[in-house]
Amino acid sequence: MKALLELFEWIGSGVQMALKTMSYIPSLPRQWKRLLEQCLFMGYATVPLVAILSFFIGAVLALQIGYSIMDFGAKQYIGTIIGLSMVRELSPVMTAIMVTGRVGSAVTAELASMKVYQEVDALRTMNIPPERFLVLPRLAAIVLVIPVLLIVSVVTGWIGGQVVCEYVDWIDLSSDLYYNSLKSFIKIDDLTDGLIKAELFGVGILLISSHLGLRTSGGPREIGAAVTRAVVVCIIFVLIFDYFITNILI
Amino acid sequence: MESTVTVEPVSVSIENLYKSFGEQKVLRGVSFDVKPGEIFALMGPSGSGKSVLMRHLVALEQADEGEVLIGGEPADDPGTQGNIRTAMVFQAGALFNSMTVYDNLALYPREHRLYSETVIWEKVTSVMRALSIEGAGRKIPAELSGGMKKRVSVARAIIMEPQLILYDEPTSELDPILAATTTELIATIARETGATSLVVTHDRNLALSIADRMALLMDGKLVFRGTPDDLRNNNDPQVLEFMNPTIDPLNPRFRKQENDV
Repeated sequence: MKALLELFEWIGSGVQMALKTMSYIPSLPRQWKRLLEQCLFMGYATVPLVAILSFFIGAVLALQIGYSIMDFGAKQYIGTIIGLSMVRELSPVMTAIMVTGRVGSAVTAELASMKVYQEVDALRTMNIPPERFLVLPRLAAIVLVIPVLLIVSVVTGWIGGQVVCEYVDWIDLSSDLYYNSLKSFIKIDDLTDGLIKAELFGVGILLISSHLGLRTSGGPREIGAAVTRAVVVCIIFVLIFDYFITNILI
Repeated sequence: MESTVTVEPVSVSIENLYKSFGEQKVLRGVSFDVKPGEIFALMGPSGSGKSVLMRHLVALEQADEGEVLIGGEPADDPGTQGNIRTAMVFQAGALFNSMTVYDNLALYPREHRLYSETVIWEKVTSVMRALSIEGAGRKIPAELSGGMKKRVSVARAIIMEPQLILYDEPTSELDPILAATTTELIATIARETGATSLVVTHDRNLALSIADRMALLMDGKLVFRGTPDDLRNNNDPQVLEFMNPTIDPLNPRFRKQENDV
C-alpha cells in the first residue's frame, strides 16, 4: 500500500513538473543559447551511436529475413520488410534506448548532482525556477534532435540491410531491387507514425530523467543510484508505452 | 565597497515554528524577530536545526506549524518571493559548477532582465574588484580555493542587491584569517547596503563580534535571545556549555567512541 502511494506521489509530482515546464514555453526564445548547447550535446553524443547501432540492426535483420524467406523465393521483399521494420518500430525504439543511455542518464546525473550540491536550491532562492532554467531547454532540445536521430537511424538501418543483401553470397540481392521494393511499400504515414512514436519516447525519457534528477536527495552516492533508476525506468517506459502507442497508430 | 547599492531592509519574524522529518523533531516552537537592517546571529551546535530554520526563510522547507514572515508577508508566498529580494550564501557555496565565476555572478540580473549586458558587466566587475576576486572571472568554481568560493558566493548574493541576506555557516571550513576576513565582509556589507542580515553559525567569535542581537538554538528550541553582552553575562548551564566547551578525555562519551572503533 505504501509503495503504491509512493508511486502515485511520484507520478503526481512528475506531472506537476511537466506542466510547470510547459507553462514556461513562452520564455524559450530567451533561452536560445542554452537550447543550442543542449541540441549540440544531445546530437554530438547520440548521432554516431545511433548510426552504428542502426547499421548493424539493419544488417542483422537482412541476414535473419534472408535466411527465413529464402526457401519461399521471396527475397525481393527483404527491402520492404527491413524498410517497414526500421521506420515503424526498430528505429524509434532503438533511438529511444540510445537516448536513454546517452542523454537521459547524463541529464539525471547533472540534475541530481546540482540537487545534492544545493545548486537547485540556489536557483530557487534566486527566484529562478529550475523547471524553466534546467528542464525546458533540455526538453525543447530533445524535441528538435529526435527527428534527426530517427532519420539517421532509419537511413543507416536501410543501408546496413542493403550492404548485407548485396554482398552476402547466399542472399545476393541487388541494390536496385532492394530499394525498389523498399520504396514501393513505404508510405509517408509510416514515417510520421515512427516520428510520433520517437517524439513521445523522447519527451517521456527527458521528463522522467529530469524528474528523477531533481528529486534526488542525500549524498553523492545517491547520484549514481538516481542514474541507474532513470535508465531502468526509461527503458521500461519505452517498451511498455511502445505497445500502447503502436496499437493506437496501427 | 563602492560597488554596493543601498536597499530598503526588511524585518523577519518567526512565530512558534515547528518542523519534523519523520519521527525526528527538528524545530520545536521557535520564535524570534529580526529588525530591519540589523545583523542577527543564530547560533547553536551542529544538528540543532539552524540551517533547517534558515531554509524556511527562502521557502526551501515548509513549516509543520507556525509562521515565517519576511517584511510582514509569509515567506513561502510567491508574491513575497517576487517582491522581496532575499539572497542566501550557502555553507558549501552552491556555485553553479558548469558556469564560469562571471556567469555565476551575472545569472540573477540576466535571468530577471534587470540590466543590459554592459551594465551587468560593470556591476559584476565592480563587485569582483570589491571582494578581491577580479582575476577569477573566467575560472570555473572547481578551480577555486575554499576561501575564494566563499567570496564568490557572497558576491553572487551582493549582485542581487538583496533586502535580506542569509548566511549559512559563512566561516566553516575556513582558516582563522579567512574566517576573520569573511566576518569583516559580512559586517561591511550590512553597513554599506543597509540590508538585514541573518547569520547562522556555530562560530562564537563571528557572532559576538558583529551581531547586533543573537539567539542560541539547542535541540530545536531557543535557549537564549539577546545582545552579545547579554550572552557573555548569561549563567544558563546550556549557554555556558556552548560558550565554554571543555574537553575531558575521561568523559564517558569519549570512551564510548573509543569502544565503537
